[in-house]
Amino acid sequence: MATTTHADHRVASQLLRRPTWTKGLGSWLTTVDHKRLGILYILTSFTFMGAASIEAFIMRLQLMRPGQQLVSPDTFNQLFTMHGVTMVFLAIMPLAIGFANYFVPLQIGARDLAFPRLNSFGYWVYAMGGLMIYTSFFLGGAPDVGWVAYAPLTSLSANPGLGVDFYMFGLFISGIGTTATAMNLIVTIVNMRAPGMTFMRMPVFVWMMLVTSFMIIFAFPPLTIAFLQVILDRTFGTLFYVPAMGALPILWQHLFWIFGHPEVYIIILPAFGMISEMIPTFARKPLFGYPVMVLASILIAFMGFAVWTHHMFTTGLGPVVNTAFSLTSFIIGIPTGVKIFNWLGTLWGGSIRFTVSTLYCIAFLVTFTLGGITGIMVAMPTFDAQAHDTYFVVAHFHYVMGGGALLTFLGAVYYWFPKMTGKMLNEAVGKWAFAFVAVGFHMIFFPQHVAGLLGMPRRIQTYPAGIGLEIWNFMSTFGTFIMAVGLILVFGSVIYGLRKGRPAGNDPWDARTLEWATSSPPPYYNFDYQPVVNSIDAFWAEKYPESLHVERIDRSEGKKYEGSHGIHVPGQSWYPILASTAIIVGSYGLMYDNWVLAVISGFFFIFMIFGWAFEGVGGHHVHVEAEGHRA
Amino acid sequence: MSAHAAATTHDAATGGIVTESGFRSTRLPDVKLLMWVFLASDCMFFGSLIGTYLAYHNRSIAGPFPADVLDIPLTTVSSFVLLMSSFLMVLALHALRNDDIPKFRLWTLGVAVFGSIFLGFQVYEFVHFVNAGLSIHQNLFGTTFFILTGTHGIHVSVGVLWLLSILVASYRRPTSSKDAVYLEIAGLYWHFVDIVWIVIFTVVYLVEFV
Repeated sequence: MATTTHADHRVASQLLRRPTWTKGLGSWLTTVDHKRLGILYILTSFTFMGAASIEAFIMRLQLMRPGQQLVSPDTFNQLFTMHGVTMVFLAIMPLAIGFANYFVPLQIGARDLAFPRLNSFGYWVYAMGGLMIYTSFFLGGAPDVGWVAYAPLTSLSANPGLGVDFYMFGLFISGIGTTATAMNLIVTIVNMRAPGMTFMRMPVFVWMMLVTSFMIIFAFPPLTIAFLQVILDRTFGTLFYVPAMGALPILWQHLFWIFGHPEVYIIILPAFGMISEMIPTFARKPLFGYPVMVLASILIAFMGFAVWTHHMFTTGLGPVVNTAFSLTSFIIGIPTGVKIFNWLGTLWGGSIRFTVSTLYCIAFLVTFTLGGITGIMVAMPTFDAQAHDTYFVVAHFHYVMGGGALLTFLGAVYYWFPKMTGKMLNEAVGKWAFAFVAVGFHMIFFPQHVAGLLGMPRRIQTYPAGIGLEIWNFMSTFGTFIMAVGLILVFGSVIYGLRKGRPAGNDPWDARTLEWATSSPPPYYNFDYQPVVNSIDAFWAEKYPESLHVERIDRSEGKKYEGSHGIHVPGQSWYPILASTAIIVGSYGLMYDNWVLAVISGFFFIFMIFGWAFEGVGGHHVHVEAEGHRA
Repeated sequence: MSAHAAATTHDAATGGIVTESGFRSTRLPDVKLLMWVFLASDCMFFGSLIGTYLAYHNRSIAGPFPADVLDIPLTTVSSFVLLMSSFLMVLALHALRNDDIPKFRLWTLGVAVFGSIFLGFQVYEFVHFVNAGLSIHQNLFGTTFFILTGTHGIHVSVGVLWLLSILVASYRRPTSSKDAVYLEIAGLYWHFVDIVWIVIFTVVYLVEFV
């Protein structure tokens, strides 16, 4: 395929020369390409997930038998804190954002996100904020206050080490990145849909990311304020969480859970979106009840902000509050249940292909439903009074987050790997890996329900023999070995697939959405022609117009929707990564009371923002002269 | 700033427009959508701060208490100046849209000056309060008051800096009604910060003397 490019003639004042590398380290550091940033997001979050899994593994070894002293109680506190923080903030949520980064523009027929440099900034602050938290292991100890970090445990008098500062600063910073990327996704989805793609023709994954992004922009500010308050308390001596001065430590719980419960849906809605892409593809049927699916998600998003107090049933807010929030928690189960039936309805009567992705989808349906049922149980204040802070709750949220989100993401890896690399993953190995992961997962977490009902509290470092907990803990630890085998097989399979996987072609699954209409991997400008859409399941409609009763679309029609100079590709930039670096360095300055460093970083940051603003979008234009990519 | 908004054609079939950067599904510029989304998020940001202020209202165990230090006439004057800056903002945008560059510069400078006067009042107020014994370490009122109004002050400062940058940029590169969207989003931000102040003025200052 022949393309010609010419540089953008628009002149912009430049502090730093605009980078133009296309290969090597520099090209990755300065990239604004949503596909490259998506890959960076996915790799980074899997790396963090690896770290969090190792932490979990050590904890399970410690709990394998009663009375063990493999790690000290202090280390154990750091392990469960870092495991939770990493999985929630640095692994699962960014993994969804990574997939969204890569696939939302492709699925809506766009060439990038609306603000490519902001996207790069979002990635770098997330990655650096995460790394910053992990440096705490080498700088005096990781945070040890649990992932919810309740006040006043985080006060300077109760916790004089730097661990809590790392928690607050690191998550504060990575939260900025997440919020920025969510705003970017909203603008992209609202404004960059292909001609003809109305809202009700968008792929469900795009819908879920739109809803998720709205949840992020509303849920993160309360958390950011909560972090800010603790940072100010610890660094500048304010009194937000000093009970002796009349402060209310429960305020932290409110702010945290006003974020925290929407966060649960921020994690699971992208998974719902992926399931809604994979099941119709592999059942070879349109998604059953598309409008209901969309509306159910919007209802979940609204209700998600009205249930936070069910995390605080045992704090003594009174029967009226508990009843109200118990009711809203029951109500939020309804749209979620509707979705389960929609997926079952899609599978029903389909000609199902049992690929690895399908298996993960089915495992999701079973596991997530089990997690949902225990969720309904703990939504009852009377039951929650018994189960609160026990392993029952641990089992519950691992069923919804691990079984819901993580199993889906593994399925999505198998589904989208061919598109991202142009290579297939080995299906036979994948099925073995799936078996180990699924069996291991239930082996780990199912016994924890029982241990919890028997009264085993969460976050304890060990337990005595003879109170009936041995067998459940042993089973749970044994499960980690099985699941580890599965995950290692997945990892090996991905490495092998990258090197020697058989070529995938553009559309290996005979799929339904636009990302499969371009080559694998897609060129940096995504599509030769601007896609034009006249139906839901746009690519399916292009392949089989008769099955959806629509007219066949002429691809060259998209040409008239391109600017007069051809396809615009935005320019790379140094500013996002330099601005992120300034934030991180400044945070270290604040943490170590090095005001000079903090102020210099602050000015450097402002300087970089000016450079960024006056650099302009820049870039160049591409002319595709021949249609080259159809398989 | 960039030719992003330039050379657009409206596509009747889809309701969208074709721009230099490709097709857009709505006729709204990306930057304007981003600003609206940011402001939506910022509502929750200030909402949490104001919520904290209210949760800690009347919980200070030592003075000075709000009624001891708050000066309604003084803050009414500074609030009036801030509200009038929003009026100048509207005039500035109107002038730029009509390619009246001298007026655009005058009114933009006016907004920045009025914003700075408001900030000056705030600095005076803060110094006065500290002299009266109120600080972030003194009591919960001090902590919540300074952080809430201080965060608002930082927002105003960012706005002033932003408007001055637009003003300086207008001397260094050709500026015309095509760039109006960039002033418009600065204006959206400015009006929002103004509205937040009305809420803060009511909740922190006026309610205290009801």
